[in-house]
Amino acid sequence: MSEPYTTVIGLEVHVQLLTESKLFCRCSTKFGAEPNTQTCPVCIGMPGTLPVMNRKAYGLALKTAVALNCNIPEFTKWDRKQYYYPDLPKGYQISQYDLPMSADGYLEISDPKGRFEPKRVGIIRAHLEEDAGKSVHDEAAGKADSEIDLNRTGTPLLEIVSQPDMRSSTEAKAFLQELKLLLTYIGVSDCNMQEGSLRVDGNVNLHLDHNSQRIATPIVEIKNMNSFRAVERALDYEAARQYREWQETGRNLGDAPKQTRGWDDVAGVTRGQRSKEESSDYRYFPDPDLAPVTTTATEVQAVRASLGELPAELRLRLTEAFELSDYDADVLVNQGRPLVDYYLEVAEHSGDPKAACNWVTQDVLRVLGDEGATIESFPIAAKQLGDLITTIREGNLPNTRAREAFNLMRQSRLDVATAIAQLGIQKVDESELIALVNELLAANPKTVADIRAGKLQAAGALIGQAKKRNANVDPNRVRELSIELAQQGEG
Amino acid sequence: MLTRADVEKVALLARLRLSESELETLTGQLAQIVGYVDQLAEVNTDGVEPMAHAVEVTNVFAEDSVEPSLPREAALANAPRHNGRGYLVPAVLGE
Repeated sequence: MSEPYTTVIGLEVHVQLLTESKLFCRCSTKFGAEPNTQTCPVCIGMPGTLPVMNRKAYGLALKTAVALNCNIPEFTKWDRKQYYYPDLPKGYQISQYDLPMSADGYLEISDPKGRFEPKRVGIIRAHLEEDAGKSVHDEAAGKADSEIDLNRTGTPLLEIVSQPDMRSSTEAKAFLQELKLLLTYIGVSDCNMQEGSLRVDGNVNLHLDHNSQRIATPIVEIKNMNSFRAVERALDYEAARQYREWQETGRNLGDAPKQTRGWDDVAGVTRGQRSKEESSDYRYFPDPDLAPVTTTATEVQAVRASLGELPAELRLRLTEAFELSDYDADVLVNQGRPLVDYYLEVAEHSGDPKAACNWVTQDVLRVLGDEGATIESFPIAAKQLGDLITTIREGNLPNTRAREAFNLMRQSRLDVATAIAQLGIQKVDESELIALVNELLAANPKTVADIRAGKLQAAGALIGQAKKRNANVDPNRVRELSIELAQQGEG
Repeated sequence: MLTRADVEKVALLARLRLSESELETLTGQLAQIVGYVDQLAEVNTDGVEPMAHAVEVTNVFAEDSVEPSLPREAALANAPRHNGRGYLVPAVLGE
């Protein structure tokens, strides 16, 4: 690291859980509805209403907490976090304070490009809470009012708080990517950042050595980062800004209160926002309207057993049992479970995991990328691609024409045998090929002379001619035979 | 002892604007309320488990199924100001 400081990063991630209805009432959580059409007396905080916990939301939160290796306490409760804001109709948010539903977990991150050592990022806690509404301020329409849409109010969120274990924006991004992958694998969230299903705040400060003392700069919380790229950029910007500020002011941790800054993606800077209220200002107290929840060790076990193979385990299987490189395993796993399942079927059916990996990571992913499609709609079934690989291996489809066959199978939805037949691909018999090369040599004395004079590249001229006579010839074999037969003729 | 500064702070957090005389009255009244509740501190609670809820019920859940929401006109009906689509409030800036 070239900087004279160490960047210390902790992340706070809010994930919307995949439920049909809200956390404490039965209003829909569907994104994109007309403003204020998905609210009821419970979520807009009318007096006399009572919240009831959504069973599915609790289940998804528990599943996530277990997947994040958290401890699940037997007893958890919900608290009121009180603050006054126009998008919070009750005047408090139902959240969890001192007895969260999970704590002390971790998520392992690594980088196949080797930019950082694999590490375990601690998870301080993951707790279940409700979302607030949305305020829209239309500057163009005059600055007088903001419009409040309460559709999102009461949507279930899981707040996941990491330890300050990350030391670069690259690690922070890797953490977010791995977290998102995990959440989508276990199906608890769609993690769609555009729709606000995944939101990230970052806490960052610097550790540096000054007059042989280890000191830290004041912690800054960064908000309003709307993509992983934005998180990366904001953290890099903020680290450099804090170093400049420290050089100017010499202020250390404790000399200034924790500051909140918003990321401006267009300007590429962070800007100061209101100073953070002390946690005691939220005047948390247990929500008397909600019953606490107890979870037994047996229930936690059952959840653990239901998780299925997690991304880290899958990578390990691909590198160990299938002998793929870390890089290839990472590419496959990062595409999501459906693509991995496709790969596994191709590998099994063809009996050649490496060739299967090459076809899937190169040709299949290229097509999906070009077409913006997903594997679910890919026209070549996994078994068909497996057949293609087997056909090549058995020598019935030259490598040079394999891609043509692949494209025809894809475009016309054919199996490999039909595609090969339609392309007129036939295995060229070796004696037939020898006869053809001999004919070409006889007709091209100059080429023969060149080869005999040691200019082996002259054989290349014969490949084109051979392909014109018979499209199925293997160009490499034509080259080999041309050289061999020309030189034999010499003796 | 509850001070006038405490009441001012709580009033600010609750966005209540109190006049001088209201602050005076409320400081006295709140102090009395807190003092009343404080009597509970005299009870010996050694060995008593703290409780999180007044009733001994746990695990009350509802199934995750959507039911109709309020019509928008009804939701907005009692808002001091609205535009038929959303609640209108003084400008929210900075976030």
